[in-house]
Parts: sequence; C-alpha cells; structure tokens
Amino acid sequence: MSAAPTGRPVAVVSFAQSPQVRREDHRNEVEMLMPVVEEVFSRIGVTKADMGFVCSGSSDYLVGAPFSFVSALDAVGVWPPMRESHVEMDGAWALYEAWTMLRAGDVDTALVYSFGRSSPGQLAKILALQLDPYYLAPLWPPPTALAALQARAVIDAGRATEEDFAEVAARSRRQALANPHAQLSGDRAPGELMKDDYVVSPLRRHALPPITDGAAAVVLAAGERATELCDRPAWITGIDHRIETHALGARDLTSSPSTTLAARGAGLGERAAVDVAELHAPYAHQELILRDALGLGAEVSVNPSGGALAANALMVAGLIRIGEAAQRIMDGSAARALAHATSGPCLQQNLVCALAAETPSGGR
Amino acid sequence: MTDATSTGQEPVAIMESPIHVDYRFTAGLAQSRFLKGLSQGRFLGQRCPRCHKVYVPPRGSCPTDGVPTTDEVELSNQGTVTTYCVVNVPFQGQSIEIPYICAQILLDGANLAFMGLIQEIAADQVRMGMRVEAVWVPPEELGPTMASVRHFRPTGEPDADYESFKEYL
Repeated sequence: MSAAPTGRPVAVVSFAQSPQVRREDHRNEVEMLMPVVEEVFSRIGVTKADMGFVCSGSSDYLVGAPFSFVSALDAVGVWPPMRESHVEMDGAWALYEAWTMLRAGDVDTALVYSFGRSSPGQLAKILALQLDPYYLAPLWPPPTALAALQARAVIDAGRATEEDFAEVAARSRRQALANPHAQLSGDRAPGELMKDDYVVSPLRRHALPPITDGAAAVVLAAGERATELCDRPAWITGIDHRIETHALGARDLTSSPSTTLAARGAGLGERAAVDVAELHAPYAHQELILRDALGLGAEVSVNPSGGALAANALMVAGLIRIGEAAQRIMDGSAARALAHATSGPCLQQNLVCALAAETPSGGR
Repeated sequence: MTDATSTGQEPVAIMESPIHVDYRFTAGLAQSRFLKGLSQGRFLGQRCPRCHKVYVPPRGSCPTDGVPTTDEVELSNQGTVTTYCVVNVPFQGQSIEIPYICAQILLDGANLAFMGLIQEIAADQVRMGMRVEAVWVPPEELGPTMASVRHFRPTGEPDADYESFKEYL
C-alpha cells in the first residue's frame, strides 16, 4: 500500500540510539532501552505521558526469550495503560505502523523503539529459520553464504567487481569514524582491504556486517504538534514497503524490484532526488544493488553514518537508518533524505521512507 | 517433476526438521545483583525512586514508571503467602514428592511476590496469609540461583491480615 493521498503530515521529531556494540554482556534488554527512551524524550522535552501510541520492533528468536517485547515495555512504564503495539520485525516497520496510526488522526504523537541483541544466540542458525521451512531451512545455510551467492550473481552479471565491494566497505567505515555510536570504523584503503581473506567467496571479511547489539528510538508527531516539538521536523513525505518471494531461486538476486516499487510508493521518482540516503545494506555488494534500484546519483551522500557495515543490530539497523536520515534534516545539513530498511535474506523485503524539511503539500 | 501418486508412492504428508539453537542468557545488571545476593543467602531488591515500590527480583526498571530502580534494598528472610496452588499431578522430572505447595510469597518490605515452594507443613494446612521464612541450603551449597532457597516454611506467627496483601495475589 502506498502512502495514503490524504491525511495529516507526520514527521520524525526526535531520534536516539544506544552505543552499538559487539556484545552487551551485562545489561538486559530493558536496561539497554531505558537510557535510549529517556534520551529520545529529553531531546524534545516530553515524557511518556505525551505519547499517544507506542510501537516496538524486535524478534524473540534473537535472545531465545518468548514475549521479550512484553517485558521490554518495562523500559517505558506503560501505566496508566497506553495504546501499544509490536511488530516481530525491524523497528522501521514499527515506525510504519505508527505512521499509519498518526495519519488516521486520533493521536498526535508516537514513540517507536526497537532493540536487538544479535550476540546471545547462534546467529547463523537463527537467521536460517526465517527461510522456507521445507527446502531451505533444513539445509541451515548461513546468511553469509546466501549473500555470497548474491554477490557472485552481481559479479557474473558484470554489474560490479570485488574491488567495488571493497570501495563500499572502505568508504562506509571511514564515514563511520564521525559516528560516535558506530561499532566498526576505520580508515583502510580499498586496496588494503582486498588483502582480507574470503569468508565465503567472493565476500571478504570487510564486505560483511559486524554482529551487533543495540537499541534505538524515534518520536513521531503529526501536524502542528511536530512543529511545536521540533524547530525543523523531518517530514515523512512518503513511506512504503514491498516484499519479494521467499524462494531465492525464483528471484533475480542482482536487482531489487521491491526496493524500486517501495520508492515509487514513497513518492520518489526514477532518480531519487535527495541529499542523503541511509541504506540498510548489511553486505557491501547490496549497497550497489540498492543504489541502482533507487537511481541514486553520484551527488547523493550515501550512508554518512557508516550504514550497516558499521553496525548492524538486527531489528534495529533499519530504524536507525530512518533516524540517521531524519537527523540530517533536523540538524539542517540536508533538505531531502531517504531511508531504507531491509529484512529477510538477500534484500527480500524492503522499506523506503522519504523525508523532507519542507512540510509536504496536499497532506503527502 | 513426477506426481507422487502416479508413481504409486504415497505423497509426503509429514516431514521432520529438528531445530536446536543454543543461547547465552544475560541476566542484566539488576538481576545479577539479586543472583549474587542469593549466593550470600540474602534477598536483594531495588526500589523505584518515583513510586517507592520495592521489586524483588529486580529487573532494573520500574514497570509502572519506566525509570531505573537504582536504590538497592535488602529484604527480610520472612514473608507472607499471598496465594498458592496444590500440585497433585506427577510429571516427568519431578523432584519433589506430591502433593506439594507452590506459593506466591511476598517478602516483608517488598511490593512484588515471587513463586516459592512451601514445605514442613501438610499441603491441606497451607493458607493465604500464612507467614513463612526462607530455608537456605548449607553455606557451601549457596550459588547464584533460586535453588539456594531450599524452600519456605511456616514461622508459626499469626496469619497476616488479608488487607495487607490483597494487592499481591
């Protein structure tokens, strides 16, 4: 479903994230979330009492704890009872649900948060469980093996080379040097990265995302409430998400038609005219696929935060892309931005969110 | 692909796909304090700075106010049975002789009841409001686990007034 043609404009008015780390060894999910929720509120001087809706994104599979999203609510303290919902997905999709709620017009504000600890479990096995249960999951393919098949297809199609992957990784981690929350940053030239060993050919170590524990939160506000809370709200001018078949063999892994469709649904043209794009591309080659799918020109600043190659907390990294893109608008360094979130193997499902400093006309 | 039935074979109706995943559990800062307390034979809770409720075991936050519970509180060894059930059903791996009592126990000074085993009293003698105390395992067996509390037993004090625990059933 594309952006509704009517409805009040909705904006991101605050964003906060935890340090993104390899392993949260001491804090539980609630203890990770509390400071983030506190920060996202204090930035704009509100409390939970000002929120009309709360929506979270997380996955119980990651920590092996059923209903962990219910106990995570202790980080907000939903008493007296609040309208609240959860998606077993990245927080970007929780934001989508909150956006529809605000557009509908009966609440003005929403807290969206997500938490993800990729470290406690056997991540490769856990991610295999999202595959089709008859033909693929019983093979337990690690996510890196599936991503490597995609990377190989990209190379075979003549779309990119291993050197191109190294360029993406080098640029992402160099940009992450300016991101205090990043887990992985550094200034290594692509030529140096090419000396890395293969993890799964053709993917070398640098082309893989780190395993990350982290949390993030966003506050959305509708109409005038957004301008009351924030000098320069990041208006959501369009948001849409699309999914491709779960049968990997039935997909052209070198392109991302669902991203292209989502971008159209979000009101972006064939060449997304934005200043900044935050792309959720966990593997280096996936950034190249997404750039094509979105028609990003060389003038667009891609992943100034370092992207998912700098930190990839599952269920969180997508919401962080929206938060980072919105932050560029809120701080005045961008006028238009796009954020992308992905889910599933090899960019199976994709969400695109278009953001702008100018209030959308006609309610879009 | 050949249709299974046309080859005289039964179609596949069921397939088995065993799944096993291991996890490393992180108790969290507050619960770690509680567990370390158990290994010293102590109940450690935390108080909400806003509503002043004391949670044991603590989870690090006040579920009502959503703020960190930073003040540590050592609780009494004694408490009150707020409600209970009699376990009469045998199950695999059962280590306690049935019938036995599984009770919600509100430690004195706490605002959260937790589950405990009641022993040293006939099952049909247990009642709501009964005063109990923790019986710890010998010091050399203490560890960061609820198994450090062998069970709770009656103190013999008069029963607590229903009004004093009706919020914790």
